[in-house]
Amino acid sequence: MAAVQRPSMDDVLPRVGREAALAGLVTLALTATMVGLHTVPGAQSRLTLEFRFGDVLMAVVLVFFGRMALAFTREGFPAYGLGIGVLIVAGSLLYPGLPTVVEIMGVGAGAIVGINAVWRLARPMRPDRPPPKTSAQLMDDVAAWVQRQSVVIGVVGVAFAIALPFLFPDRSSIDLATLVMTYIMLGWGLNIVVGLAGLLDLGYVAFYAVGAYSYGLLAQYFDFSFWLCLPLAGLLAAFAGLILGFPVLRLRGDYFAIVTLGFGEIIRVVLQNWSSFTGGPDGIASIPRPSFFGIAEFTSAPEADGLPSFHTLFGLEFTPLHRLIFLYYLILILALVVNAVSLRIRRLPLGRSWEALREDDVACQSLGINRRNIKLAAFTISAMFGGFAGSFFATRQGFISPESFTFIESAIVLAIVVLGGMGSQTGVVLAAILIIGMPELFRELEEYRMLIFGAAMVIIMVWRPRGLLAHRVPTVTLHGGRRKGGPSPGQRPEQVPAE
Amino acid sequence: MEYFLQQVINGLTLGAIYGLIAIGYTMVYGIIGMINFAHGDIFMIGAFISLMGFLLLGLLGVGWLPLTLLIVLIASMMLTAAYGWTVERLAYRPLRGSFRLAPLISAIGMSLFLQNYVQLLQGARAKPLPPVIEGGFELMRRPDGFTATISYLQILIILLTVVLMIAFTFLIQRTSLGRQQRSCEQDKTMAALIGVNVDRTISITFVMGAALAAVAGLVYLMRYGVIDFFEGFLVGIKAFTAAVLGGIGSLPGAMLGGLLIGMIEALWSGYFSVQYKDVAVFGVLVLVLIFRPSGLLGKPEIEKV
Repeated sequence: MAAVQRPSMDDVLPRVGREAALAGLVTLALTATMVGLHTVPGAQSRLTLEFRFGDVLMAVVLVFFGRMALAFTREGFPAYGLGIGVLIVAGSLLYPGLPTVVEIMGVGAGAIVGINAVWRLARPMRPDRPPPKTSAQLMDDVAAWVQRQSVVIGVVGVAFAIALPFLFPDRSSIDLATLVMTYIMLGWGLNIVVGLAGLLDLGYVAFYAVGAYSYGLLAQYFDFSFWLCLPLAGLLAAFAGLILGFPVLRLRGDYFAIVTLGFGEIIRVVLQNWSSFTGGPDGIASIPRPSFFGIAEFTSAPEADGLPSFHTLFGLEFTPLHRLIFLYYLILILALVVNAVSLRIRRLPLGRSWEALREDDVACQSLGINRRNIKLAAFTISAMFGGFAGSFFATRQGFISPESFTFIESAIVLAIVVLGGMGSQTGVVLAAILIIGMPELFRELEEYRMLIFGAAMVIIMVWRPRGLLAHRVPTVTLHGGRRKGGPSPGQRPEQVPAE
Repeated sequence: MEYFLQQVINGLTLGAIYGLIAIGYTMVYGIIGMINFAHGDIFMIGAFISLMGFLLLGLLGVGWLPLTLLIVLIASMMLTAAYGWTVERLAYRPLRGSFRLAPLISAIGMSLFLQNYVQLLQGARAKPLPPVIEGGFELMRRPDGFTATISYLQILIILLTVVLMIAFTFLIQRTSLGRQQRSCEQDKTMAALIGVNVDRTISITFVMGAALAAVAGLVYLMRYGVIDFFEGFLVGIKAFTAAVLGGIGSLPGAMLGGLLIGMIEALWSGYFSVQYKDVAVFGVLVLVLIFRPSGLLGKPEIEKV
């Protein structure tokens, strides 16, 4: 290999300059209208424009220098990249009168290009050494570690989840924990279809809606109790999954995704417009709360509807928290059931077929696996869990309307699965805490939530297409995943283990 | 009869709009085999840029209508094309050769990002635009006073679509750019070997799709007089349905599918129920995909290993 010659500044400068100028120009084209012009209501209910060209200028400057720093680093001048990164951070912090958002973006962008440069400074490319690990490979190691430690992490996590209502005994914490747990359950449910079987389901919210409306309607028309409706809601959702799944499962991946999206929207539009039955856009109100397994009611009066109240039964002081804690434990148990079922199924022939299908569906078929049946099984089981979660949602909220079951909801659950790492149970928990918990903690970022969310989906896909904690070691391998007696002669060592 | 004629005219206009968007879906699918989920939002951005164009020219005092239309059309096409180019560059190009669903998930993320980007910058309220072109021809009058009319705007939309379609067909069939695109569609590696710049060709495909979506956004805004940040989602899915119905990957198919979907939607709203018109379109999508996944004019797809 020829000695690596350090490129001279004279060569690099025009290239870097051109690249940065192009990036700045594109930014100008993108932001000149959308950012620079603000449509505001004017006289006679007509729109008029406000100008915000300062913001456009800031965006262009930021992109220009950011791109320049990245280009310098790539071309072998990381010191320049670092310098520009520091300048961007300092400029964003010190320039008076910048809006907070711009400041955050400036500091973030400067930090990213700076870290990128430091990375290159710390580990220069040398031909005589193996190339340094990329960030994606490092994340791979983290994911592999998480998978190895999954038993420990699981036990600690469950213990923490059980102790949580006693560690933070206040209304808002328990509400938030219940919400996060609902999404963890939905994420685990969807993970069966997306992570294990490799089918992209964009209409998962349909089954959530079926579960919620099953309970809502059965309670409204027939006065069924929650404990009777919970299995019924699961069954009805599974049945819906079976009926919807049957015709569409022979479609290829992306068509399948669009059709499930279509089904999700059809169910929502029907719920919205069939006013005589579902209450239309007004939804169903005053859905009954669950009793304590049919033994006791969560009321302040010592007795209601012929049942004793929870606090008298157990000789406790009455507090409205009892019901909330009970709901939290209920969703925790439901979620753990989903988790246990999917972990067990992965070891059954069915689960192995799912993973085989995800890896290569043509090969899978040629091995004599009935593609349609195992897809249908994944779809139905996952729909059933969606139905359970839906009826829980209905009983917790006490009110449901089609508004709660839009495509955005499907996209959030999908994002939890995708960002966490498809097929990774721990990843779903991590992603649910990040996506649902974080915005609740940082209320002022609420309006940026979906924006960050969309951007995160793109960035994670580009960086790690299989998700943050995805580590694709198949659940079952021949010879326990490791050949006895070391690598066989014809193979290079790195090909042997793991995959 | 008058009522039917009116619905047909409305359906044609709507179908022309869907057809223009559907071309963007079908070209991208043809060349890189992915569903560009964010294309509906590119259409929405095109409509927003057109709205700003009209308002800006109004403030500057440009009064002559043909000049206004021309400036808005060109500006909107160019600036929306910049969005199309950027989306491809940032969200799809790094994923080429990644696993199959990665670009689709990335596209969903891009779609959410663009919707919320516009919502944050321009507000969540629907933005109204007063009618730009008014008046029309009266075609038929029923004794009870109902008249079937075709407005000047509808004539303009249909004419514009026809002109663009002819120009576009010429571009694909006769120019070297079109030949490059068709070669990339057939075999990207081979095209690269004989000197076609594949990345550039794919970028140009996105740029062209976005420019046509911008035209659709402009005429949609003029026809319905209102746009909001969420509009792209539903219109995008309907246009995608049109592309699938016509046979994804086929340009005449996209136009045909657009017209059919426009007709179905207009006639369904005219004769059955307005509330369920979206269900009708989604129903068509499901039925076509189940019974004829290759669409009306598409070639059946062979699964390669």
